[in-house]
Order: sequence, then structure tokens, then C-alpha cells
Amino acid sequence: MQRILNSRHLTGWLLAAPLVVVLAIFLVLPVLMIVVVSFWQATEFSIVPAFDLGNYEFLFTSHVTLDVFWNTFRYALITWALTLGIGFTVSWFLAFHIRSQTTQVALALLCTVPFWTSNIIRMISWVPFLGRNGLANQAFLSMGLIDAPLDWLLFSDFAVILAFVHLNTVFMIIPILNSMMRIDRSLLEAARDAGASPFQIMTNVVIPLCKPGIMIGSIFVLTLVMGDFITVRFMSGSQSANVGRLISNDIGLLQYPSASATSVVLLLTVLLVVAGMLRLVDIRKEL
Amino acid sequence: MEPRSRSFYALAAFFGLYVLFLYGPTITIGILSFQGVDGGLTFPMRGTSLNWFRELFMQQAVGDIWGSFFRSLTLGIMVMVTTVVVSVMGGLAFRKRFKGSAVLFYLVIAALVIPSILVSLGVGLVFSQAGIRTHWATSGFGSQLTWTLPFGLLVMFAVFNRFNRAYEEAARDQGATPWQVVIHVVVPIIAPSLIGVALFGFTLSYDEFARTLLTSGSRNTLPLEIYGMTTNVTTPVIYALGTLTTLFSFVVIGVFLLAVKLLGARRAAKGNDAGSGLV
Repeated sequence: MQRILNSRHLTGWLLAAPLVVVLAIFLVLPVLMIVVVSFWQATEFSIVPAFDLGNYEFLFTSHVTLDVFWNTFRYALITWALTLGIGFTVSWFLAFHIRSQTTQVALALLCTVPFWTSNIIRMISWVPFLGRNGLANQAFLSMGLIDAPLDWLLFSDFAVILAFVHLNTVFMIIPILNSMMRIDRSLLEAARDAGASPFQIMTNVVIPLCKPGIMIGSIFVLTLVMGDFITVRFMSGSQSANVGRLISNDIGLLQYPSASATSVVLLLTVLLVVAGMLRLVDIRKEL
Repeated sequence: MEPRSRSFYALAAFFGLYVLFLYGPTITIGILSFQGVDGGLTFPMRGTSLNWFRELFMQQAVGDIWGSFFRSLTLGIMVMVTTVVVSVMGGLAFRKRFKGSAVLFYLVIAALVIPSILVSLGVGLVFSQAGIRTHWATSGFGSQLTWTLPFGLLVMFAVFNRFNRAYEEAARDQGATPWQVVIHVVVPIIAPSLIGVALFGFTLSYDEFARTLLTSGSRNTLPLEIYGMTTNVTTPVIYALGTLTTLFSFVVIGVFLLAVKLLGARRAAKGNDAGSGLV
């Protein structure tokens, strides 16, 4: 008895029990429920248990589906490229050009603070900037760059991508900065002594060593953008769609089985993307 | 020291622009929330006034924002406390490398990457099929934990991977029980990181939208209330509300960061008795 009680496997599971309970009830069970309901049928007022492939059949034969999935990937890839570029540059500046550690921490915090504030409000904040009578248009008009206000600044794909970059770049900065801080500075000196140009140091030394940070940041950005529905709805003024919006529209119409079927396909897509990226990096080792 | 290279100034300018991009919109609505009584949602300012802040305190003008604020505040504190406790326990558990921990680890990662709307939809379906009414303090609370716990655990992993086990061994050698080791040795050492976990727990809950959308029941949390306002409020009152909540978040973040700093100062003052002890 004593031996069993002292077993690290048992104490491990006991300590992890609250975590397991929360994830079982609020993650595993709900996902299983979505899978089950995706085979159900919907009437006008309720959903009925069934084994009906109709939801999937509709999903895979509707021409909307392909457009919407394509749009989702497009948003994800463009946002990924921009956040990676900005995140890498910002991290580079913080890691290699800031000499005092206090300044480094302060500037990294400066980048992180907005992450702890409301995303909805940060989206609303773009309205007075991008609107037809917004600051951007007023500035362009007064500079004589344009004759009439630009309509595509707000409620457009441009606005959607801008908001995605605005909200998610922090997810690139922190992991990449973390990787860069761990790089032994003598490696950079050695590369310089061996005659490497700054560009070569970046491509041959820093980027390979930052791969884990880049991967973790990419996983965050790709999954957040692929699973989003609210940024697209708000920033496109309901003019563009991604998979998340397809699901939320179905939910609004109480078409839960159809929403569930779309959710299952979205989930599989996201998990495939993540599984692919996890093959390139061992997260557990990198923490 | 080497002189600053030209690339330093280019990168510093880039960084400055990024920070402007990050904070510019927030500052813009901060200014516009002082818009005059006749002013609209965009510049120019037609005078300045506190009118829009005043309207926030008039129930009929903006609906139940104070009720939703107190719900969000309560929920945030509930999520914060739970996240800290469960993450520490989880962190200690994973250190034991128990059988099946790898599966649990991937479940935690899955919680991070699963689209938020799926959690909302799934929890909503589970509750409705079980005949339980959704409520922000039950279904909403659990749904938010699926997002805050993974963050808490990631912090704990980072902490325990750098944790020097010699301290625990020393305590054990002096006869401390496992419980005493945790309370008197481990927790004080990881305390600053726990404040970080608490900060994540509170702010992620306080600002959560998607996971509470279908799980909060009949009463809205603040982000849901604010989102509702975007469709039917066309005055700067929404900027005033945005400015106030953002200020509130800044205060919360400030308090947490200050706590970390004070803890560090206290530790520096009292923690190390090297050179002052007996021979």
C-alpha cells in the first residue's frame, strides 16, 4: 500500500487531477459532442439525434465552402508572413541592439501590454483611424495624395489583415525573442571573425537557432487566425467570410448540426497544420 | 563600447513605428472619448467634454454595462485563482514524468490550438443536451479555463525546467515533509512567476469574447456587452467605455508588475545572508 502511495505515477495523476477534470469536461467532452451532433438533423426549433451524413455532404458540395476555406488560408498565410517579418525584426532589435537588460525587459513589456487588454476594443480603435472620414483619409487628402476618401481602408480585407497583425504580432515576438536571447553571443563573434556579413550571420547562424521560437510563434498565429470569426466579422463589416464566420452564422440560425460539421472539418484542418509544424520542433524541450 | 551602427538607428526607427502602430489606435480613441457633445465618431473634435463618460453612468443610455463589468471582474478573479492553483499542481505533476504525462501534455497543447468558437459551441451543446442552463459562473468559467490553464502551464514548464532541485533536496535532508518542501521552499521560489500566471489568468478571462459567447447564459460579460454596443451605439460613448476598460487593464497590469518588482526587492534584501552569518 505504502509503495503504491509513494509511486510518482499516482502522485503525478493526483496532482494533475484538477487539470484533467477541467479539460475532460470543457474540452474533450465538448469536442466529442460536436462530432456527434455533426451527424444530427436540425428542425426549425430543435436538433434531433440521427446518423445523417447530409451536413457533410452539403459542406463538401457547396461552392461556398471552398471559397471560405481558401479565404481562411489566405488570411492565415498573409498574417503569418507579416507577423513573422515584424516579429523577427523587433526581436532582433531587442535582442542584439539593446545593451541594458532593464531597457530590454521594459521594451519587451511595452510590446506585451496590449496583449493583456481587450481585443474587441483594440479592433474598435481602428474605426476613427481608417473610416471614410478617419485620420488616414484626412491625412492623405490634405497631403494631396488622393482626391477622394479611400473606401477600402475600413470594412475590407485590408482592415482584416491589419487587425490580425495588430493583435497577433506579440505571439511571434515573445517566442522568437526568447530563442534569440539564448543564442551564445560568441557564436556571432566567431561568424564575424570568419568573415560573415551581417546578412550571412542572420541566415546562417541566427535563423537556424531561432527555429523553435519561429515555430511556436507560427503555431500561435496560424491557429488563432484560422479559428477566428470575430475579427473578420468586425473588420470586414460582414463583407468577407472565413470558416469561423460560417460556423458562427450557422449558430446564429440555430443550425447546430451544420455548424458542428463545419467545426469538425476546421478542427481537423487546424490539427493537421499543427501536427505538421510539431514535427519540426520539440516543444517540450524548448520551454 | 562600440559606437552604434547605422543598422541600430534603422531598427530603432522600425521599433518606434511598431510601437506607434500598437498604441496609436488606443490613443486615438482615448482622445476621441473626450469628444464634445455634438461630436461624432471621428475627428475633428467639436470641443471637448466629459459627456460620454457621464453617459456611461446613466443606465438607460448604455444598458447594463456596470452589471456586466462586475460579472467580468468576479469571473476574472475566479479564473485567476483557479488558474494559479491548478497550474502549480499541474506543473508539479509534470515534473514527476508520470505514465501518460505525454498524452496530457498534448491535450494541453490541443487546448491552445483548438479554435475558440469550438469550445463555445461544444460547451453550449453539452449543457443544453444535459438540460443544464448555461451561466457565466459555470459553463463560462470552465470554457475560459481551457484557454488560461495552458498559458499557466506553459509558464510553469518554463519555471520548473530552470528550477534548481538542490533547494528541495536540502530541505528534505533537514527533515521537511513533501508538503513542507512545497509550501516553504518551492512556492516562495516560484512566487514571481505565479504573479505572472495570475496576470494571464485574470486578463485573458476579463477580455475573453469567443469562449463566453455561447456559454455565458442570459447575462453578458463586459466584452460581450461591448460587442453588442458596436452594432447599435453610434456615439463616442463606446470610446469612453473602451478608454475606461483599457485604463482599468493598465492599472491591473501595473499592480501585478509592481508586485513582481516588490517581491524581487524583498528577496534581494532578505533572501541572501551570505557573508552576514556565523562562521
